[in-house]
Amino acid sequence: MRKYTPKDNVQAKAYYTDRFWVAPRVPRLDVSEDSHFQSVVKTLTKYIKESYIELDHLVLHIKSQDNIEVLKTLRDTCGYKMCSELSAVDYLAKKGEFEVFYQMHNLDLAKRVRVVCALKPEEAIESITPLFKMANFAEREMFDMFGIVANNHPYLKRILMPDDWSGHPLLKTYPLQGDEAASWYEVDKIFGKEYRDVIGPENRDPAKIDRYDTQRFSRVGYEVPFGADISEGETPKEIEYSKTFMTNYQKESKQLDKRR
Amino acid sequence: MAKHQVNYTSTAGLPIALTSVDKLVNWGRSNSLWPLTYGLACCAIEMMASGASRFDFDRFGTIFRASPRQADVMILAGTLSKKHAEFTRRLYDQMAEPKWVISMGSCANTGGMFNTYATVQGVDRIVPVDIYLPGCAPRPETLQYALMMLQKKIRRESANMKKNTKQRFV
Repeated sequence: MRKYTPKDNVQAKAYYTDRFWVAPRVPRLDVSEDSHFQSVVKTLTKYIKESYIELDHLVLHIKSQDNIEVLKTLRDTCGYKMCSELSAVDYLAKKGEFEVFYQMHNLDLAKRVRVVCALKPEEAIESITPLFKMANFAEREMFDMFGIVANNHPYLKRILMPDDWSGHPLLKTYPLQGDEAASWYEVDKIFGKEYRDVIGPENRDPAKIDRYDTQRFSRVGYEVPFGADISEGETPKEIEYSKTFMTNYQKESKQLDKRR
Repeated sequence: MAKHQVNYTSTAGLPIALTSVDKLVNWGRSNSLWPLTYGLACCAIEMMASGASRFDFDRFGTIFRASPRQADVMILAGTLSKKHAEFTRRLYDQMAEPKWVISMGSCANTGGMFNTYATVQGVDRIVPVDIYLPGCAPRPETLQYALMMLQKKIRRESANMKKNTKQRFV
């Protein structure tokens, strides 16, 4: 017999799971497919750990200590004058490290390079703000969301979350609905910790119905005055429906079998 | 000449309307509700449309003010983030009594679809709300109706401020 799986939580789960399903991957081409990328790799060959072409992007894996040299060479000798994005990906559960990436753009040739480096959670990375001004805000966001420190950054502080926020929300370990500090943040800040009991915890279920709340809810057939205390139960009330007077037309219907 | 002169004291034509102070004061309050220009997210677009010529809030004596000192109503139109909650409360505190709050839209009522770490789950956690206005986003007609409901509520209240103190802490 097939193993029974409980069906009570079906909406939260994927309906169909295949044990043998493998997530499709974007094909990786060899660098020799593109002559320009080949020359880029040749220029940077002593820094590169791994290189391939993915969706017309050249991907270069380097060591995190070399990021300044690599990006400087890309900017000055290979023509990648623009850094369009910089951030990190949390692979702590899978590999025990972050993946910091830099998206570089060559405006003359319309070519793009992604420089990727692995970073252990206790390590810091050198700031690239001296090379690219855009890195100022992007590295602040990376620090805010992942807690990755950029050394020699001119003004490293949180950019999206409040300064006194605890935790880094884009980490995979951070709960979506916030930790203890997040759930009381506005109460603590405005009224103080002692008012937590007065205001109460957050209601995370907007469809919640409180049976004993007579200010917002009322039971049909058990109506009570607004705000009445019904913790001891309430007496049922007969509902007064409007009466409809119906005429029974069947009574005086013609009976075809009784002919005069 | 002066044949038609009316003796007000002897006939029933006294030019006096009798009313109570409560009704008179509330008539004034409810017909000049000045809301604070306080758009937080997409509900603000609907709020602006309500104020503009097509829906015309001026008919209710409702004119948006850009300062909390001049405002009577705070229409919280949109998602309130936790970072911003402090400033919302400060603006509310800066408003002069009597003051009312309309929570406009799902996000302001309950947090709405933003069931996340960064959104306040209902603005009634930080300010006392008089009217909860459902919708995502509510149409301008809905906001007009909410305002009319608020007027109704004000007309029912006592003009004496001390009797109207909110029971809840926030």
